[in-house]
Amino acid sequence: MSNARSLADVFAAARSEKRAALIGYLPAGFPNRAQSADAFRAVIDGGCDIVEVGMPYSDPVMDGPTVQAAADRALADGTKITDMLRIVEAASEHGGVPVVMTYWAPVTRYGVDAFARDLANAGGRGLITPDLIPDEADEWIAASTTHGLDRIFLVAPSSTPERLQMTVDSCSGFVYAASTMGVTGARAEIGQLAPRLVARTRECTDLPIGVGLGVRTPEHVREIASYADAVIVGSALVSAIDEGLEQASALVRSLREATGSA
Amino acid sequence: MIGNSVPDQRGYYGPFGGRFIPEALVAAIEELTEFYEKAKVDPEFIAEYDELLRGYAGRPSLLYEAKRFSEHVGCRVLLKREDLNHTGAHKINNVLGQALLTKKMGKTRLIAETGAGQHGVATATAAALMGLECTVYMGEVDTDRQSLNVARMRLLGAEVVAVRAGSRTLKDAMNEAFRDWVSTVDYTHYCIGSVGGPHPFPMLVRDFNSVVGQEARQQCLDEFGALPDAVLACVGGGSNAIGIFAGFLNDEGVRLYGLEAAGDGAETDRTAATLTKGSVGVLHGSKSYVLQDEDGQTRESHSISAGLDYPGVGPEHSYLKDTGRATYLPVTDTEAMNAFSLLCRTEGIIPAIESSHALAGAVALAPELGPDATLLVNLSGRGDKDVATAGAWFDVIGVTRTT
Repeated sequence: MSNARSLADVFAAARSEKRAALIGYLPAGFPNRAQSADAFRAVIDGGCDIVEVGMPYSDPVMDGPTVQAAADRALADGTKITDMLRIVEAASEHGGVPVVMTYWAPVTRYGVDAFARDLANAGGRGLITPDLIPDEADEWIAASTTHGLDRIFLVAPSSTPERLQMTVDSCSGFVYAASTMGVTGARAEIGQLAPRLVARTRECTDLPIGVGLGVRTPEHVREIASYADAVIVGSALVSAIDEGLEQASALVRSLREATGSA
Repeated sequence: MIGNSVPDQRGYYGPFGGRFIPEALVAAIEELTEFYEKAKVDPEFIAEYDELLRGYAGRPSLLYEAKRFSEHVGCRVLLKREDLNHTGAHKINNVLGQALLTKKMGKTRLIAETGAGQHGVATATAAALMGLECTVYMGEVDTDRQSLNVARMRLLGAEVVAVRAGSRTLKDAMNEAFRDWVSTVDYTHYCIGSVGGPHPFPMLVRDFNSVVGQEARQQCLDEFGALPDAVLACVGGGSNAIGIFAGFLNDEGVRLYGLEAAGDGAETDRTAATLTKGSVGVLHGSKSYVLQDEDGQTRESHSISAGLDYPGVGPEHSYLKDTGRATYLPVTDTEAMNAFSLLCRTEGIIPAIESSHALAGAVALAPELGPDATLLVNLSGRGDKDVATAGAWFDVIGVTRTT
């Protein structure tokens, strides 16, 4: 893994190209276990700078209907943590930069240190934790440090200045800014909370800031790329994969083209 | 001692509890914690809450010696009659407190999850009383088996949303309520119905229900001149059990028993006996025992009782189990329904199927505790809502005609 690009490398490269990085989310095991690695290869080929490999979970309180339905299908097909790690490995070997997004229950069950060790060995660069806030993350901070993984915590429009500072101080790689007060899912408009949140976050850190939740169209990407360092696409990509890998690659290409208007 | 020492500042009961939640909810949770910490020492709030309990919910509830039931069981059984509260269960104690807090916080809407519907009905009731909007999430499976309570909630002005995700039961209703809350937290309070969820919910739901244990303890002393030998309560999420246990935690001579819903048997996969069969994990915002697989995926639970059909349990129960202060035992559907029938026939009281698990615990423990023992059972709710389920179980639905 010594030649593998880190998240910092990805953001430096995107910055030198005067564009935002594109991050694509899919659940592991979707559209099924057999084709999941192909789905990630398709979005990497389409131009995603970072792929977010979601660990499907039975009780995803932050996910909207599209992502939950996809994760349910993956679970029904028998997707396990070991499958997810194999997909991370495949994505990394394909030249992608994978990070994992997971609720905390699967990690605690697997063992926090063992999870970090196996994720790092598979070529994972970091972990996004939608229901683990830094206040509860001592064990994860230790394990991620030991195994050289980045820690991507979320900030939200409701975060107080104190919490914003505390959260970004615990982050590495990038900061995930939730664009709205809501769950995942493509929306007609991104809303006005995101630019303000990014601006507030910038005052606290030099880390890159990615904006997610609700991104669907090249127009959304262009809008977010004008003020954030990364644009995160999830539900729209899940829907595209359901139509076929070619459609997903095409969507990623169109979104990637829109990242350069910063 | 235990009751006073937990949770700590971070909401931990030993290794259990905490806040495993999206950042978007932290501000609301911290606001709630702050309001509650002030409210619980504010004489005005306490007076207002006490008046609601007395003048509206109908407290204190009776302590009743079930003599005919006792004869069958083989020792003296006292029933704490939470079924006589307004809306028919202990759930009203917690909901009136949380609704009052909601008003104080300036929020205008309550949301809730419900399994059997008792918490949903209680929330809809409190919302109507205090002029708050109300939405109740309920698994689709439960809306079918508890249609009477769905109608009650709607009559009280609440919107009832049938949740079709996952196993379509209580845990999925809770997921959906969390999603709603993330999106509407500015004006909505999520009125969690059991002693689960992120801190401060396990603490504040316990505190609001601790009136059950405090009353029962005093009534035992006043009416029978002694404390009971054992206190028994059913455990799903565990709010009624924590409520009655809270009165006796410091009485070392009083044994505490939580009776879990074992469904077809704790040794089978069709069970909801979390403390008997679960392992430590994270679910719905806190660390506790959970029914889960080797990957941390929540297992579907099963119980004839919608109110106990939940794969998690409040963190304080996990703490009481591991410290040995309370003992948790599984009760099958059959054992619970036999106890249900026994109380109906001996006392003229139709209990909730939830509470029947606690009654079954009395039947099972009596031989061990001996004929001189006094058992205090929390009759947490009445069985009107369960008549269709029980009628089907005992095959007594329909009219027998003679020609």
